[in-house]
Order: sequence, then structure tokens, then C-alpha cells
Amino acid sequence: MTPQSGFFVLAPIVPAREAELRRLLASMNEAPGRVKANNDIIPFAQFDRLHMARLLILDDKTVGDNQAYGLPRPSYPLYLGFLGDVDGEGDRFLEEVAARAPAGVRALFSCCEGFDAQTDPVAWMKAHASRSSASYVNWRGRTVRRIREGAALHDALEAYVERAAPELRRLPPLGVHARLRELVEGDLAAGKLTLSPEEPTPLGWRIRNLLHLVGVPLVLLLLSPLLLAIAIVFAVRLRRLERSDPELCSRQDPALGAELALIEDHDVSNQFSAMGSLKPGLVRLWTTRLVLMAIDYAARHVYTRGRLARVRTIHFARWVFIAGSRRVMFASNYDASLESYMDDFINKVGFGLNVVFSNGIGYPRARWLILDGCRDERKFKEYLRRHQMPTQVWYKAYPGLTAADLERHVRIREGFESASMSERGARDWVALL
Amino acid sequence: MSAPRVDYADVQGLVRFGYRSMKEASYVLVRVKSAAAARSWLRSVRVTSAVTQEPPPQTALHVAFTAAGLDALGIPAPVRAAFSAEFLGGMTDPSRTRRLGDVGSNAPEHWEWGGAATLPHLLVMLFAEPGHLAGLMQSATGPAWDAAFETVTCLNTADLDGVEPFGFADGISQPALDWNDERTRSKDRGADYSNLTALGEFLLGYRNEYDKYTDRPLFDADARSADLPAAEDAPEKKDLGRNGTYLVMRQLRQEVRSFWQFVHRASGSHPAQAEQLAAAFVGRTRDGVPLAPIADHGIEGIGPDPDEIRLNRFTFDGDPMGARCPFGAHVRRANPRNADYPGRPTGLRRLLADLGFGPEGFRDDLLSSVRFHRILRRGREYGPSLPPADALAPAPPGDPERGLHFICLNANISRQFEFLQNAWMINTKFSALTGESDPLTGTREPRLGCPVTDSFTVQHDGSVRTHVSALPQFVTVRGGAYFFLPGLRALRYIATEPA
Repeated sequence: MTPQSGFFVLAPIVPAREAELRRLLASMNEAPGRVKANNDIIPFAQFDRLHMARLLILDDKTVGDNQAYGLPRPSYPLYLGFLGDVDGEGDRFLEEVAARAPAGVRALFSCCEGFDAQTDPVAWMKAHASRSSASYVNWRGRTVRRIREGAALHDALEAYVERAAPELRRLPPLGVHARLRELVEGDLAAGKLTLSPEEPTPLGWRIRNLLHLVGVPLVLLLLSPLLLAIAIVFAVRLRRLERSDPELCSRQDPALGAELALIEDHDVSNQFSAMGSLKPGLVRLWTTRLVLMAIDYAARHVYTRGRLARVRTIHFARWVFIAGSRRVMFASNYDASLESYMDDFINKVGFGLNVVFSNGIGYPRARWLILDGCRDERKFKEYLRRHQMPTQVWYKAYPGLTAADLERHVRIREGFESASMSERGARDWVALL
Repeated sequence: MSAPRVDYADVQGLVRFGYRSMKEASYVLVRVKSAAAARSWLRSVRVTSAVTQEPPPQTALHVAFTAAGLDALGIPAPVRAAFSAEFLGGMTDPSRTRRLGDVGSNAPEHWEWGGAATLPHLLVMLFAEPGHLAGLMQSATGPAWDAAFETVTCLNTADLDGVEPFGFADGISQPALDWNDERTRSKDRGADYSNLTALGEFLLGYRNEYDKYTDRPLFDADARSADLPAAEDAPEKKDLGRNGTYLVMRQLRQEVRSFWQFVHRASGSHPAQAEQLAAAFVGRTRDGVPLAPIADHGIEGIGPDPDEIRLNRFTFDGDPMGARCPFGAHVRRANPRNADYPGRPTGLRRLLADLGFGPEGFRDDLLSSVRFHRILRRGREYGPSLPPADALAPAPPGDPERGLHFICLNANISRQFEFLQNAWMINTKFSALTGESDPLTGTREPRLGCPVTDSFTVQHDGSVRTHVSALPQFVTVRGGAYFFLPGLRALRYIATEPA
């Protein structure tokens, strides 16, 4: 099994070169929201371990929100973010990009601080890598290669079902399964289809994963007397903050809304990039850290097969602290439109939203960290829209496929590869086609 | 029962009534020629309220405004800006057309009305019992009308006796409005599919399914707004939205001949099989009987009328494999009749479901809970009736256009109408299907990575599905716009001369 990981290169933009950078990013698209998969700068389609990638200018329009706490408006540089999700190590991917698209990488990052003609791009990108505090992968071990194989298998089966329908309809589900296996075996033997065996799981990853699985609860257990002691003080303090923190859920600027809408809903999936500042104080900071740690743990060890709690439409997601500990970025890749994504969130994982995002300045009032908050649908949606940032370039390796499609392909393949099957299992398997 | 919570005298009657006995109707779309004359006409016209009358009135008249219409009538900019973004942006906003499927032959550049050059300001809806429409039209459109408006188009309707142009019984499934707030605050809300829907989903200024108030223009009282109702959730503010709602109108041309000829061809010219396939497209037989089994338990907001129970008391819980009613059938897309959680978990099981340990079947928990996505339909058909048997004949020269003037009411266009259209009707991935959109109303336009969108799948339990391919597009959008249907006091506010 090849695990997935993320990469995220983050660097401040040289102000004088912002316009040039924007032109460069625009040149990677056929039209806003539609990437040229084989563009000259970074020919994404040539990287066969790359699932999703995006390039964006982190332009948080809400940095002034902390004035609601009487704090001075901070000033941050604009950052360029290059992030994505790959099979295997993120660093290996960065090396590959630098090797395969040296001119493009140089053109992009020379618009950033500290990158000149002498800079070694690989070392520079690694030095500018930002670690995710929490990340989610829809299906651990489902590589781009397996996705393509799964899609091809599905298409082949569909074609057989179409062609042999009268014959198949006379068979019981187990018979259909056996007959289709027979037909596809021929394609496999003829090399028309490939179902490559599962790659061995890297030993280093297995050890790290096991240590993480055991280590995090162990540390928490060891710290529990201390944590319990501060928990009550912490809870009282948090509750007091929740009562007094201001809500900032005004209407999204229509111009920003139009810019965002223009790049959405081209594929069946969309990207989402949002950024905001944490509420002031250590309580919020440590709550966020703890919560993200918990989410990361759950995503790593529990939600590894198609579901993030009840949500089945997220391909990849991550939370990253941006240059320090005051600002957090959230980036995700999801199916369907933003409106349905937000509804899914509110209705299915409202508690999960509150527990993270209620630490952000202006979030609709939450109670005990998990209650209320996003249940105020209007405020929540405005909050999210206000914090959303246009993603200048977005690539998905398998346009037209949703997470549900990919899950179907996995289930079909698992059923295909299993020689014995129960009557019920065969019935469910046939229903997938 | 206590006094009604809603001041029906302030609500346009269209929200409460479908006017079934008023079989004649016309929709007049106009642009404002003179703002002063238009305001004067609005002050003089009698708009029908939602108060029940005995005997019932023989005619009804309703008025709604586009954002451009509010501009033309001189609504102050800050008031205007507080309407919803979808309403202000309009149906033809280029990003929105992509989301609504208004591309290809549905694109606004082909529309008869509602495009850039033909965007109406006002929609005036006239309803009348047989023989009374001409009189109503005459009394409403005198010299004052001519001074005020120029007509974009006047849309006539036909009474097909409860059947839409393809020949299916229509208007069976409608949400029941929770006028008296019986259910809104119930703790068990969302546990089961209910047809009784929070008033705030259809009328601004009331609590919606989230138990919150949908955004609408609220402002401080001034001389002009003194008569407006106060906001329930902010009593110091005037509520321009209260007792009003948004009205979505779309003219949908239906290719009745193409529909029946296709169904006939795809069924090998067997009439009974053609009926079956057409019913599978719709999810009901032509006389309205649902393909999904009737529920053996009551559904809130449906009944006690036995006909309503026979035709509408069902969910798809009894048909998890889509073997009775295909997953992609029109009625299943339009209203999946689900609840907040599949399988009605309680207690610990509900907690586990929240954490993602609910049912793990491939199609379990794929769809959003329907109670947040209902619309109240008020449309009418147009064009002459064409029975399915006659539809098999080739079109004679000058074959008249047939279709539906689709009208729906909703308080939140993006969460209700647009969601329904985008996530369910035209979505090629609805309910984990692939390669198909709504068999009746969908476009067949290819999408990125989805070259084929013109199929339809009929599922069978325990056997491979049947595919119907190469469905033509049966419905084409010919016009459309988003309107605000104000309460009567809000209407007076709009009609008031600015100081």
C-alpha cells in the first residue's frame, strides 16, 4: 500500500512582481477555473503520482477583523502557495517537479522573496515547505495508478454488461459475478486491462504510523493528570470567551463572490481555499492545536476509507498554520457545488466545523465548542464565503470522477478480485455496475 | 386553536393558494417606462391577499419584481443591497447559468425573455375563473398601465386539467406549510421525512428549517417605511421581506412529440413497455401513482385525503435498490424524501452515525436532507394538449409550442431552487449515478470528464441494470428570471413616492 501525503510550498511574493506572477498563473489556464493539464509552467498531467494540485496567492481579505478586539490591523505580505496531494513522499514530488519543469519552477518562484538565479530550487522549496497541522485523505492507499486502473476496469465491465445484458439477466448475482470475471480475465490476459498488485507499504511509514497510533494517546494519557487539572479552568475561560467574542458574518463582497463563482463548477469537483486569523489569546491557540491534532489522528487512523465522519464528498483536505501561529489556512477538494458542500458540512458534521472554526475570528457564536455555531446557517455561510480565497490554478488528475465514483471503483475491484462471494455480496456488487 | 400567527392580509394569496378553480391565467412581463406612473399603478391595483373569502374570489392578481425592477422604481441603494445575492445577480449571471444547466440550447442568449435585452422589471400574474380573465386584464391595464409600462411579453397559459404537457398528472407533491408553527420547534425535527415544512422556507421573516431567519432587507424606520411590519428577530427594525418571498420563473418548452417518439422507439414499439419506460423516467404512472411503495405509516403533512395518501404517502426507504423507482427518476431527484439521518438512529446509534459509523452501504447517506431543499410550485402549462398516442405522429406544419411556465416560491433561492436544480436535477452524479441527468428536464450537454450525460438507468434488484441511451433533450429553457414577491405592506412601500 502506498500512502498519500501532501506538499505545500509557501513563500512571500516580491510586491513588484505580483502582477507578473498573476499573469504567469493565468497562463496555466485555458480559462478561469479550467487548467491546461499540460501547461508549459508545470505540466501536471505528466506527474503520474499527482492527485490534486493548486497554486494560489494567499490574499486574506479579513486580516483587519482583529480590530474587533481593539487590536491594530496587522500587515502581512502576500504569499504564493503551491500545494497538492501525491502518492508517496511530498518531497520526492518536489524533486520531480524541479527536474521535469525547471524553467516553470524558476519562473514561478523567482516572483518570491529569496529566490534568484543561483538558488537551488529543490532545497529552496523544501526550506519553504509548510507542514499541515491536520490532513485528510479520502482513501488511504488509493494511488493515481489504482484510480486509473479502477476506472478502466469499471468501463470494461460496463461495456460487457451492455453487450451481454440478455445473457447476464438470466443469471443469479453470483453467476453474473462469475461470468463478468471470466470476460474480464480475457482482457487482463490480453494486456488490455491492468490490475497491478498492491505495492509493499514502506517500512518507515509503517513504523511512523504505528508510533503515531500508539504515541499520541500515550502522551495524552501521561499528560492526563495535568490536562484534567487545567481542563476546568480552561472550559470556564473558553465559555466566557464564547459569550463575548464578536461575530463577523457580514455579506461577502459581491466582487469577490463573482470572482470565486467564475472558477467554480467546471468539473464535478471543486477546490476550496480559505484563510483566517485565530481569536487572540492562548486558549484559542491551544484549543486549535489540540483539535487539529485530534482531527489529524482521526483522519490518519480512523477515517481512511471514504468517509470523514458522515461526509463522503471530500477528496483531500488540510489545515495549515500560515507563517506563525495566528493565521490558519484550510484547503480542500470536494464534489458538487459550494452550496451543497456547505450544507453537507452544516447538516452532517456541524460539531466538527464548530470545534475547529469557532476559534477563528468572527465565527458565528458556538457553545461549548461544538454546539450552535454553524447551525446558524446564514451566518456560517457568510463567514465561510468571506474567508474564501480565489485559487488561481487548480488541477485534478481525474476530472469527471467524484469520490463516490472512486469508491464504487474500489468496491468493484475488491469484489472482482475476491474469488468467493456471498449471495448478498454478489447482489450488492452487481448493483454497483 | 389560537388566532393565526400570520397576518394573511399582508401575504399575497399565491403563497397560500394555487387557484385551481381559476383555470385561466396570464403572466405579463413588463418594463417600467415611467417610475412615477408605475408607482401610481401599483398603488391603485388590487393585489389579492391570502385571506380566505366566502364566496371565494373569481379572480386574483399578483405582482413581483426583479432587482432591475426595484431599481427602476427607485428603491434606495442600501435597501436594494440587502436582498439576496442570487436575486441581485439574476438568473443569467454567467457563473450561475453554468450551475443551473442554462448552457447550450438552454443558454440565455437564445431566450425569448429574461436575457440582457429582455429582462423584465415586473411580473404581473392574473388568474381568473373561466370567462373572467379578459375582464380582469382590462380592468388592470387601463391608460395608467400604458403610461407606466411597456410589455416584454404576455405569457398565456392552458388548463390541461391537472396534467402536464407530457401527459403526466402534475402538482401532486407540494410541501405543506407550517402556518401555525406546529412543528418548527419540535425536538425530533428531521428524524423522519415530513411534508410539513417551516413557514420560513417559503415566507421571509419567519423561522426556517434551521430555526433561524433567512436574510432579507431590515432597516431603521423612517417616514416611508413606517407602515412596514417589524422584524420578528429584531423588533427595532422594519422588515421589508416579511410576508414576502422570492419567486423563480422559467419558461420550459417541452418536446412532447420527441418524448413519446423516443420512449416508443426505446421500447421496441410496445405500447405497454413505452408507458412503463415513461413512468420510470417520471417515477409515477401517468395517472400519478408512485412507483415506490406507499408507506404503511403516516407522513406528517400528507393526508388525510385518501387520494393524497394513495398518490403521495411514500418515501424511498422501501426501495433502497431503486428496483421499483429508478434512482434517477424525476420525482426521486426532485424530492428524495429522506430525513436527516438514514435509518432513523437514536441515542448511541445516532452518536455513532454522527461520527461516521452509520450504515456503510455504497448509496447510504449520499444525499442531503431534503427538508432544507423544498420549493412550492405554482406554475402553469401552456400550449394545446397532445395525448401520447397522437404525439407519435410527426409534427404538422406550425405545430404549436407546448410547455410549462415553471414558477416556484422559496425564501432562499440558492439553498432551495438553485440547490435542487444544480445538485439534484441536472447533476450527472446524483445519487452516485453517472452519465445521466434528469430524464425529463436535464440537459444532455457533456461536462468536463463526463462526455456522456444522456443515459438513463433502470436498476433491478439482483440483476444487472438496464441502460437507455441517447436521450434527446426534452425540455428547453426559453426564458427566466428571479423575482421578489413582496408582502402587501412591502408592496405599498415599493409603490410609495420617494420623499
